[in-house]
Amino acid sequence: MTAAETTPPRSTVQAFRDGLVAAWTSVFVLVLLGNYVGIGALAYEFGFSLNWMLLSTVLVWAAPAQVILISTLNTATLIEVALAVTLSSVRFLPMVVALLPMLKTKEAGAGRLVLPMHLTAISVWVEGMRLLPGRPAPERVPFYNGLGIGLLAAACVASVFGYVLAARLPTILAAALLFLTPMALLMSVSRNSKTLIDKLAFGFGLVVGPVLAAHKVGLDLMWTGLIAGTAAYVIHRIREAAR
Amino acid sequence: MSMAATMMEIGPIFALILVGFLPNEVWRVLGLVLVSGLDEDSQILVWVRAVATAMLAGVLAQLVLSSSGALGTVPVGVRVGAALLGFVAFLIGKRSVFLGVLTGELAIVVGMLAFGP
Amino acid sequence: MTMEPYLALLLLGVLPSEMWRWIGILVGRGLDEESEIILWVRAVATALVAAVVARIVLIPPGALAAVPLWVRLVALAGGVVAFYGIRRSAFAGVLVGEAILVIGMLAFGG
Repeated sequence: MTAAETTPPRSTVQAFRDGLVAAWTSVFVLVLLGNYVGIGALAYEFGFSLNWMLLSTVLVWAAPAQVILISTLNTATLIEVALAVTLSSVRFLPMVVALLPMLKTKEAGAGRLVLPMHLTAISVWVEGMRLLPGRPAPERVPFYNGLGIGLLAAACVASVFGYVLAARLPTILAAALLFLTPMALLMSVSRNSKTLIDKLAFGFGLVVGPVLAAHKVGLDLMWTGLIAGTAAYVIHRIREAAR
Repeated sequence: MSMAATMMEIGPIFALILVGFLPNEVWRVLGLVLVSGLDEDSQILVWVRAVATAMLAGVLAQLVLSSSGALGTVPVGVRVGAALLGFVAFLIGKRSVFLGVLTGELAIVVGMLAFGP
Repeated sequence: MTMEPYLALLLLGVLPSEMWRWIGILVGRGLDEESEIILWVRAVATALVAAVVARIVLIPPGALAAVPLWVRLVALAGGVVAFYGIRRSAFAGVLVGEAILVIGMLAFGG
């Protein structure tokens, strides 16, 4: 018998606390904190209120989408922002589809899954995929909720920190703080770019993006994604076919 | 709210919900739907379709009522009248889209000839 | 003649209803089609994030605008090099990028 079968199942509250602990001791929490300190600073510099920024963290809970919102809402039309955000978050679909079945039980309805669904973000998902299999089924939902809420809370605190800091730091440090966001995004994409298509997509995006923006093309973020991403995909297919 | 609206026109919080939360959450919700096997008739979908239809109606109304572009030379009453005639024809023709569009177009052309510049 | 009303038509009129059929087809066809589509979608999303990064670096807000353009670009490049050079360490990448930025600011601008 495995450990999951011999030990008595922990209560909902205990499982939730386990999730919180897992969140705060995970390796991802540092990356998350760094990301969200940057986001807080960015929100300040672009003129958003602290409350708005916290609301965006809780409601959106996705760093790339939030960065898009913060950096484009002031100047772009709503439909442009909506399209860019939509494209940037597609990955949530396979993530939720992969993870939620681990939480499903025959008796429980879909209502229990709504909170885990919303809490799913990259760091939560990776840790969840890693840690959930070792947990008995009844504990999984509260554990995952604890994991998600733990990371979300940490992100909120970090974002407030970044926001307040950006308001008070001298120029050089404030600039460094702001630079954290592009650097953190760059690093997270680089880490996930193991295949050629990812690297090409990123490289093309870096080139096509500024070109479209300089020509004041409407919906430039969306078009960059489509053009550069499709180009990378096409090259990938050509190479696959050539094999 | 026109299609070219910016955040300035609807406020930051509404903008956050409309173009931040919704487009982002839609993928998560889709995942949940796929996993829990909700079908076409579930209440969520009914609601989504209702909202989308309402928004579409809003866009169409704006198109008909806006006074820019070529249609702007035709008086508002004529445009609305043409749209209504088209809709009536659609109903009469047993929900025939073809009949509705044809009637609407004829009506607007007549309207332009009669009332336009 | 703008494209926006037609875009709205596409998004609001077609997608909510058609989407479910497409999803049904996708799920029905099985993994192969799905993974190709997912691959393309990931490429698009990655390119989008790259564009966002470029945008912040090239049209910087607030204090970051005080940094000369070339310093920002070198700091970015330096971070990438450090990442790949130091065992794909994101920490090293961020550290090096930030260091170059700060030193560049102290030496050349701000």
